[in-house]
Amino acid sequence: MSADRDFELHSGFVAPKGVWWRPAGRQERVWVAIAFVWCLVLFAMMPFWHFKGGQNPSGIRARVAPQDYVARTLRFVEEYKVGEENGQPIVAPPPGADVYLLARMWSWYPALRLQEGASYTLHLSSMDVNHGFSLYPANINFQVVPGYDYGLTIQPNQPGEYRIVCNEFCGINHHAMLGSIVVEPAARVAAAAARPFTVQGSSR
Amino acid sequence: MSVADLAAPQGAVWRLAARVCPVTKLVVNRHSERLVMWNAVAAVVFFLVGAVGALLLALTRWQAVHLLSPAWYYRILTLHGLDMLIFFIIFFEMAILYFAGPVMLNSRQPAPRTAWTGFALMLVGALMVNVMVLAGKADVLFTSYVPLKAHPLYYLGIIFFAVGALVATLLFFASMVVAKREKSYEGSVPLVTFGALTAAIIAVITLLHGAAIYIPTFVWSLDESWLRVDPQVYRMVFWGLGHSSQQINVAAMVGVWYLMGALTIGSVVVNEKISRWAFVLYVLFISMASAHHLLVDPGMGPAWKVWNTSYAMYLAVLASMIHGFTVPAGMEMGMRLRGYTKGRFEWLRRAPWSDPGFSGTFLSIVIFGFMGGITGVTQGTEQINIIVHNTLRVPGHFHSTVVGGTALAFMALTYYVIPLVFKKRVAFWRLARWQPYLFAIGIATLSMSMTFAGSFGVPRRHADITFPGAPFTLEFPSAVDLFMAGVGIGGVLAASAVFLFVAIAVVSVFFGKPLDLDNARPDTPGIPQGVYRLPPQLHRHEAATVAHREGAPGTVVLVAVFLAVFILYYFTNWKILSMIWKIG
Repeated sequence: MSADRDFELHSGFVAPKGVWWRPAGRQERVWVAIAFVWCLVLFAMMPFWHFKGGQNPSGIRARVAPQDYVARTLRFVEEYKVGEENGQPIVAPPPGADVYLLARMWSWYPALRLQEGASYTLHLSSMDVNHGFSLYPANINFQVVPGYDYGLTIQPNQPGEYRIVCNEFCGINHHAMLGSIVVEPAARVAAAAARPFTVQGSSR
Repeated sequence: MSVADLAAPQGAVWRLAARVCPVTKLVVNRHSERLVMWNAVAAVVFFLVGAVGALLLALTRWQAVHLLSPAWYYRILTLHGLDMLIFFIIFFEMAILYFAGPVMLNSRQPAPRTAWTGFALMLVGALMVNVMVLAGKADVLFTSYVPLKAHPLYYLGIIFFAVGALVATLLFFASMVVAKREKSYEGSVPLVTFGALTAAIIAVITLLHGAAIYIPTFVWSLDESWLRVDPQVYRMVFWGLGHSSQQINVAAMVGVWYLMGALTIGSVVVNEKISRWAFVLYVLFISMASAHHLLVDPGMGPAWKVWNTSYAMYLAVLASMIHGFTVPAGMEMGMRLRGYTKGRFEWLRRAPWSDPGFSGTFLSIVIFGFMGGITGVTQGTEQINIIVHNTLRVPGHFHSTVVGGTALAFMALTYYVIPLVFKKRVAFWRLARWQPYLFAIGIATLSMSMTFAGSFGVPRRHADITFPGAPFTLEFPSAVDLFMAGVGIGGVLAASAVFLFVAIAVVSVFFGKPLDLDNARPDTPGIPQGVYRLPPQLHRHEAATVAHREGAPGTVVLVAVFLAVFILYYFTNWKILSMIWKIG
């Protein structure tokens, strides 16, 4: 082949002369095809999870003036407060409720008590700077931005004591910003509701 | 490619002062050479400051040592981020642009005075930022998310630096026009220059985002009543600078891979069309990655997140996967053309592993691809980001891309810049041969430890994960202590390797022995083997045809392993995600 006779291979250091727009070799073609298919899989997984998966960061998103969000949180605390711990109100909203969590320098307000298996709409916002909602040990993380209300539907699947770590730098005391969520077991909740009949069972 | 072949264009006085590189035969004009030198020196200085910061930070997050107070931890973290991610790396990239433009195209430096003005602006800006941060006037971290506020001079410093870098970038475009018009090269620009062009275009996109966010923020910092900066808008536009600047690194680093492959072992370009297309894909799509930081933010909806985080269906990932094949395949074919044809891997076994230029480059490819690339794509998936955002997994990822990948590639390049540009032998040669390995082990330990600790929900940017003074208690499992010790030890190793590198570079440049290739032997210390004898850069006829037909059977195995690891890691993360609370 005459094309072969003047075929050349050069380094990336050399300015290629003439026509270098040549068909790729077989290995390269196959690799590009495989890589492209893999990229399509990577892409398709995200919409797929929106339809079939249980964890999506969509939520209800809206602008909110910080003072309005504070007012909503205070109203929420007043309505469902069940006690106090370390000077923080403990709030136990019923299943299905809108739950308001306020981030501020340097605390999460209020402490929450939720029920295993129940659904809530958890609202997150800040009254000062950016904060990061990081739920330990579930490792669930969301950005908390002042002026924005992020309303996420959540359904706790494990009872226990959870901590809210702030994982966005928010000033000098950032590392002391810790909140609390207690998730009560579904069995106990069901038992409490059905106490007269002393029925054991799960409401799951 | 020699000078004599080139018809001197009119007014080409600059050629009288230019020299011809004895190794590469490039015509090196004096202005560009000095600009390369001084940008490289500035880069190394900020690299050193950033590495001192790295050492202090690693020794703080190593909970058993816990060196710094919270105030100084956040201050040094701010300094480390800016000196490494912005100043070190962009100074070095400007050096690359001054080399890949006028020098590689055998041309002159357009507007040298303007170039020096740009350099001065960058230097003044970087110094302003360093002074402000160390004075405690800007404890806002690298991101300076509003409404956290720094001193106005901090923002002004970054603006100065960005304008200076923009000047240098525009002069790179100018040098390409000048070289073309004055016909200083024949054919198309080399692939390395094409890669640098890609980096330069991304740099312009990046720096415009920088202007769009830092100028309003600067005004706001002077007086809040003049202008309001929305915190969510800030986050979006800021990451147009913050993330895209890392994409300059990717493009420049891939260009350096091609360059170092050529200089050390005579890598060939497997196919110009494919490699250049991959660079074009970077230009078109890579800047969308700003979205990686906003996946669990309240300001954007799912469609925006899915489209942008995936660079429009992962076309920039496709580009990286293409380079991930063509770079090692080019190395393999280059080695095979030099006679290392036995089996699938003789080319790899017999590669010059004691040449820090080669070992650094190859380790950079491995760390960037296997650790940085795979973790990055996985963490940048919209839903998986829920179990990643702002945990230590994030710095675990980018320390394997921008440090294990880009910084290591730039260090490897420096081992060739010292003899070729500064015309000095590399000092402490025996130590220099080990330096890339020490650095790679350190940074790989650091990155993996961060990634594992982050999987337990350990936050990044956090002065004390024992939470003193908090209203509640939290104790991480003891495995986390082990990983945080890994962060400390890996950080100490990597920082030591950087100090060694800086010592080698400074002693070579300012006190080193002259290169003197005429009296050199293959075992003369301080002369990398590719400088002693440049491997052939051009193969013709039968040999080229055979090499092209046989391809790169060893690389095929390497990329197959890579893909298998990628798939496994990716779907493991989906599995872990599916086990947490239902969220919607």
